[in-house]
Amino acid sequence: MSTQTFAQLSNGFVYGAMGVLALAMFAFAAELAFGTRSRVARTNEAALVEARQPVRVGGGDAPAEPAADGAADGVADGAAKGGDERQRRADRLGGIAASLTVLATLLLFLGVVCRGFAAKRAPWGNMYEFSTTSALVVLIVFISVARRRPALRYLGVFVVVPVLLTLGLALSVLYVPAGPLLPALKSYWLVIHVAAAIVSGGVFTVGGVVTALYLVQERWERKGIVNSMSRRLPTAEQLDQSAYRLFAFVFPLWTFAIVAGAIWAENAWGTYWSWDPKETWALVTWVVFAGYLHARATAGWKGRKASIVALVGLSCFIFNYFGVNIWFTGLHAYGGLPNK
Amino acid sequence: MTTADIESTDREPLEATTLSTQPEPPRLPGLGWAELARWAWRQLTSMRTALFLLFLLAVGAVPGSVFPQRGNNSGDVLTYLSQHPKLGPFLDRLGMFDVFGSAWFASVYLLLFVSLAGCVIPRSLVHARAMRAKPPAAPRNLARLPEHRTYVTEAAPQVVLDAARAALRGRRWRLAAGAGTVSAEKGYARETGNLVFHLALIVLLLGVALGSLFGTKGSVIVVDGAGFANTLTRFDAFTAGRAANTDDLPPFSFVMTKFRATYERGGPQDGAPRTFEADLLVRDTPTSPQRHVTIEVNKPLTIGGTKVFLIGHGYAPVVTVKDGQGRVVLNGPVVFLPRDSKFLSQGVIKAPDARPTQFGFRGLFLPTAQVDPVRGGISTYPAADSPGLLLTLFVGDLGEDNGVSQSVYQLDTTKMKQTGAKGMRIGDVWTLPGGVGSISFDGYKEFASFSVAHDPGKDPVFIAAMTALTGLMLSLFVRRRRIWVRATAAGDGRTLVAVGGLAKTEAGGLGREVDDMMDELRVAAPELQEPELQEPELPEESQ
Ligand code: HEM
Repeated sequence: MSTQTFAQLSNGFVYGAMGVLALAMFAFAAELAFGTRSRVARTNEAALVEARQPVRVGGGDAPAEPAADGAADGVADGAAKGGDERQRRADRLGGIAASLTVLATLLLFLGVVCRGFAAKRAPWGNMYEFSTTSALVVLIVFISVARRRPALRYLGVFVVVPVLLTLGLALSVLYVPAGPLLPALKSYWLVIHVAAAIVSGGVFTVGGVVTALYLVQERWERKGIVNSMSRRLPTAEQLDQSAYRLFAFVFPLWTFAIVAGAIWAENAWGTYWSWDPKETWALVTWVVFAGYLHARATAGWKGRKASIVALVGLSCFIFNYFGVNIWFTGLHAYGGLPNK
Repeated sequence: MTTADIESTDREPLEATTLSTQPEPPRLPGLGWAELARWAWRQLTSMRTALFLLFLLAVGAVPGSVFPQRGNNSGDVLTYLSQHPKLGPFLDRLGMFDVFGSAWFASVYLLLFVSLAGCVIPRSLVHARAMRAKPPAAPRNLARLPEHRTYVTEAAPQVVLDAARAALRGRRWRLAAGAGTVSAEKGYARETGNLVFHLALIVLLLGVALGSLFGTKGSVIVVDGAGFANTLTRFDAFTAGRAANTDDLPPFSFVMTKFRATYERGGPQDGAPRTFEADLLVRDTPTSPQRHVTIEVNKPLTIGGTKVFLIGHGYAPVVTVKDGQGRVVLNGPVVFLPRDSKFLSQGVIKAPDARPTQFGFRGLFLPTAQVDPVRGGISTYPAADSPGLLLTLFVGDLGEDNGVSQSVYQLDTTKMKQTGAKGMRIGDVWTLPGGVGSISFDGYKEFASFSVAHDPGKDPVFIAAMTALTGLMLSLFVRRRRIWVRATAAGDGRTLVAVGGLAKTEAGGLGREVDDMMDELRVAAPELQEPELQEPELPEESQ
C-alpha cells in the first residue's frame, strides 16, 4: 500500500473512532440518567458489605457469598426481581457503552498505526500525532482500570468527553499531513521520550478524572447527600485509592520522560537542561506531583487538599501540552502547528 | 476485591513522629538561642515546610517561562526592555529575566535541599537501625489480621516452624523466632528506595552545581573548507563557569571539508529540512593523525570530555570588493545569518580598508530568489537553486577607527549615506556609483555553526538521575508487609497451624503470598483431611 493510502486509512479510522465514541458517550450518559441502581454499583456495594461486615445478611434475597461474578449476578437478579425494568435497561446501556468504547479504541489504535506507516516512523512527531496517540492511551488506561475495578465504569462519560474533545481539536486545529521528521527529531531518544510523555499524559488524565469524581463524591458523603450518581459511583475512599495508584504509577514514568528528554537535549543541543518553556513546565508538573505525593503523607493534607494538588498538577501538564506550544517560543519548535 | 485496604501511604509510626507531620501549635520557643535554632530547624525540616517549598519552587519557575531569559535569548530581553520602558526595568530588578540564576530562586531550592538533607539524614539513621532490628513478635491473636489462615496437621510444631522458616527464607523474608512462632517481614526496600531517591536528588543538585562552576560552552561558525582550533580566541561566543580553566582547553582542531543539507522536495511539506551533516577532518591534538568524522544534529563529536555539536547552518555569499583605486580589499565568503525557514539570510559587507572612502553594504542573500510584488525579494526554497544577492550601498565613515569593535553583522550608518541598491546574480559585477569601487558576486559557500561544550557535572547528574529513578520506583512499588506463623500442639498429636498477614502499605497481593507460602508449608506438614476435625477455638468469631 502506498503512503497516501495509509494516510487516508488513518484519517478514516480516527473519524470512525470519533463516531463510535460519540455513541458511547450517549450510552454512558443514558446509563447515568436512567438507572437508579446499576449492577456494577451493586457489585461494588456487595463487595463492600462482604468485606466490612463478615456477618450474615438477614433476609433471603441478598446472598452473603463472596462477591465473585456469580454473586454479583445474584444481587442483580434479586433487584431485578423487585421489578426494576428501568434498571435493567440502564445496565444494558452501560454494557453497550463499554463495548462501543472498546471498539472505538481498536479503531483509534488502527488509526495511529496507519499513521505510523504513512509517515514511516513512530507516529508522534507533531501535535496532531501526540494528541491522537494520547487519546488512545487515555482510552486504554480507562479500559484497563475499569476491568480491574468495575465500579469505575461510571467514569466512562467523564473520560470519553475529554477524549472526543482532544480528537476533535486534533483533526480540526492541529492536523498536519503525514511526513518525515525534522532532522533534530530523528533520534531514538525522541521515540522513548515522547512515548513516555504520551503514556504519562494518558494516565495523568484518567487519574485527574478519578480525582475530580473523588472530590465530588467526598463532598456528597460528607454532607450525607445521596443521589442517583452518588449511589452509582465507587465510594470516595475507593476513588482516592484508585487515583493514588494511577499517580504513583505515572510519577516514575513522568520522571523517566523528563530524564530521557534531558538526554535527548544533550545529544541535540549540547546542554541537558536549557530552561526553555517546555522543560520548565515539565519540571513544574513534576514538582507539583511530588507535592501531591508528599501531601498524602502530611497530616492535614490527605484527601481533599492532596487531590486538589493533583488537579493543579494535571492542569500544568495540559498547559505544557497545549499552552506552551501555542504561546511560547522555545527550543522545542517541534509542535508542528500547521499555521506557524 | 478487598476494600479493607490499609491506608496506602501509611508508614511506620516511628517515621511519622520523626517527620513531625502533626500540625503542631506553634509552641513559643524559650529565650535561648540554642532552643530557637532547634525550633527553627524542626520547622525547616518538617514535612509541611517541604510541601510549601516544593510549591514555591513550582510557582517560582513560572516567570522563567513567561519572560524572555538572558541565558536563552538575550536579544528578546532587550526588545522587551525597550518595549516596556516602565515595567521592564522593574521586572529586571526582580530578576525576572534571569529567573533560574536569580538569588531568590536559588534561595528557594537551597532551602528545599537543606530541608531535604535535614529530613533524610536522620531518617536514614533510623532506617539503618530498623534494618538490623528483628521483625516484631507475633500478635496474640492472628485471626484479627486482615489475612488469616489455619489448618491442622499431624506434624510436630517444630517441623511446621522449620518449614515455615525455610519457605519464608526462600522468599527472602527477614525472620525472627518467638515461642512457637515465626515472625517475618519484607519490603524494607520501600523506605530504602525512598531515602536513596531523596539522597540522589542532593547528588543531582551537586552535579548541576559542578557543571555550572567548571563547565565551558562556546559557539563558532565555520565556512565550508575552513577550520577551527579549540582555543578561546577562535570562538564567536564563549561562556565559562566561575571556576573553569579557560587557558587550557583540549587542543583539538578540525577542518570542515563538506557541509550537506537536504530538504523535502514537493508534497505538502515542501522545503522542510530533512538532513544536515558536516564532514570534518579532526586532529585530537596538534600531533595526532587526522581522522574523518561526520557530525549530524543528534550525533555530536566527542573528544575527551568535550563535545562538538552541529546546531545550525546557513549561507555565506562569496564576493570580491575593490576600492576606488582598483585594489582588492575583500575577497571571500561573508557569513549571512538565516532569517526564515527558506533561508532568506541577512548580512553586512564592510570595506574598512577602501580608499579614498570607506563603504559597506547591507545585504540579503536569497538561495532561491524571487521577487514578490508586495514583499520584494524573497526566497521560496531553502536550497540554493537560483541564488540572488540584494545589496544596499552605504558610503562614508564605518565608525570602526575609534577602537570600539563592532559586530560583523551590524553596520553603523550614522556617518554614512545610502547611495544605491542592486539585485545581483552569481557572476554579476556592480560598479558602485560615485566611483567608490566595485563588488562582484562570485558564488556562495555554506557554513555550519557548532557548539563546543564541556560539562564535568553531566555524568554525575546522569547517574544521580538514574539512581533517583530506581529509588523512586522501589519507594512507590514495593509493599511492606509482615507474616506470622504460629504452630500450637493440640495435645493429641495434632498441631494447629495459624498464619496471619499484615500489609503495612497496600493490601494488594498479600493474600496470594500467604497462600503460596502455605502451599509450601503443607508439603512439609501435610494437612489432615479427616472430616471430624474442627477448627479449634477462635473466641472472637463466635456466631
Ligand atoms: C527536592 C525536593 C523533594 C522532592 C522532589 C521529593 C519528592 C518525593 C517523592 C516523589 C516522594 C514519593 C515517594 C514515596 O511516596 O515514597 C517523596 C516522599 C517522601 N518525601 Fe520527599 N521530596 C523532596 C523533599 C523532601 C523533604 C524536604 C522531605 C522532609 C521534610 C521529604 C520527605 C519525604 C517523605 C517522608 C516521603 C515519604 C512519604 C510517604 O510516606 O509516602 N521530601 N518525596
